[in-house]
Amino acid sequence: MSEAVHVATRKGLFLLARRGGRWAVERVSFLGDGVSMTLDDPRDGRLYAALALGHFGAKLHRSDDRGRTWKEVGAPGFPVEGPASAEADPAKKAPSVKQVWALAASGERPGVLWAGTIPAALFRSADGGESWHLVRPLWDRPERKDWMGGGYDEPGLHSICVDPRDPRTVFCGISTGGVWATRDAGETWACRATGMYAEYMPPERRDDPNVQDVHHLALSPTSPEVIWAQHHNGVFRTTDGGRRWTEVTAIRPSKFGFAVCVHPRDADTAWFVPAVKDERRVPVDGKLAVARTHDGGRSFEVHREGLPQEHAYDLVYRHGLAVDGTGERLVMGSTTGNLWTSEDGGRRWHLVSAHLPPIYQVAFAP
Amino acid sequence: MTAAVPHVTFTAALERHLSAPAAKVSGSTVREALEEVFRGNPRLRGYVLDDQGRLRKHVVVFVNGEPVADRDGLADRVGAAARVFVMQALSGG
Repeated sequence: MSEAVHVATRKGLFLLARRGGRWAVERVSFLGDGVSMTLDDPRDGRLYAALALGHFGAKLHRSDDRGRTWKEVGAPGFPVEGPASAEADPAKKAPSVKQVWALAASGERPGVLWAGTIPAALFRSADGGESWHLVRPLWDRPERKDWMGGGYDEPGLHSICVDPRDPRTVFCGISTGGVWATRDAGETWACRATGMYAEYMPPERRDDPNVQDVHHLALSPTSPEVIWAQHHNGVFRTTDGGRRWTEVTAIRPSKFGFAVCVHPRDADTAWFVPAVKDERRVPVDGKLAVARTHDGGRSFEVHREGLPQEHAYDLVYRHGLAVDGTGERLVMGSTTGNLWTSEDGGRRWHLVSAHLPPIYQVAFAP
Repeated sequence: MTAAVPHVTFTAALERHLSAPAAKVSGSTVREALEEVFRGNPRLRGYVLDDQGRLRKHVVVFVNGEPVADRDGLADRVGAAARVFVMQALSGG
């Protein structure tokens, strides 16, 4: 079981460790700064923390000593566009990274990384984040002009799922821009969201894979052709590597949500945190719940033990739920700064802290 | 006696992230003045300017007390002995 968890928040990065059966904050880094994403790289033990500084932009820091000290490395950035492109469309501003929204290890070679950003783009580093380059073949897809903001002004790339059998195969979730997949490490791309539908779109565009508001993706490490998606208007699942998605209608108490994670060894077991959809974005009836399926989405259990069941307005963001390598230990963090863990696969939850800043991401140490 | 030259000062809010001491420069525009500072402090560039070299949305630059007009091109003139202040805007707080 993982004995440590990273909690990225609006006001810093918190490392919690389990000692004598209790979780406690062991270290605070970047206190006061928004930490939009972290990566605890299992290949070399390096930690990465992406900062979203209100005034000074997106930054990336790396620690080679498990978070005791940090060094600022390069942040993903768009190439400078010449005046020609501004003349072509003066209303369209040349892009600048607002936020790093996803970080992932790519393959076995340490230091090779993917990063997803707002505005929605994929970047790659081959040197532990010292330098980054834009993955042009995805950025240059003509379909990109139809991507829309989902929660932020600009579209964002929030999910990067690397196939552990073949790291050249990568699935990216974009809000809103569907699911995009490559099988050649980013050289060519295909939109893989067929079967998803968008209730909020005009009827003519409802089934367009490129407009789907995918909130988060979770790929099964042991059956990588199985991917779960929490979508703006429902839960979807593919069992053929994204060629066809099928709605999982049994989800309850509601079908809206952000977070999803999948069991490390069982592709049929997945967890969700349903909420009231659209403008409200709060737990159903003010009662926080975690929904779990064991049978590929045919049925769900709704677990509430240890979670607030009265006037709870916690929202769990898309990176706010994680499961460790055993599938038994989970961690969940909310916008209200509550952090819970479970030791029994999500049946019962235990409050670790009620006073953290709003939580963006939770991640177990490998 | 040395000639009067522009003087660039950075908000103390930057000190939490990196060192940004005040500097005497020789440029005649805001762009030239800032780029001269960034040459000796390359990491500072990304804190003040975005990927396209524009002033970040929540950063403001004052020249002799007036906010710069050309936030993208930074072509505002900087005269001899001008005082250039790089500040965080309250909008980003």
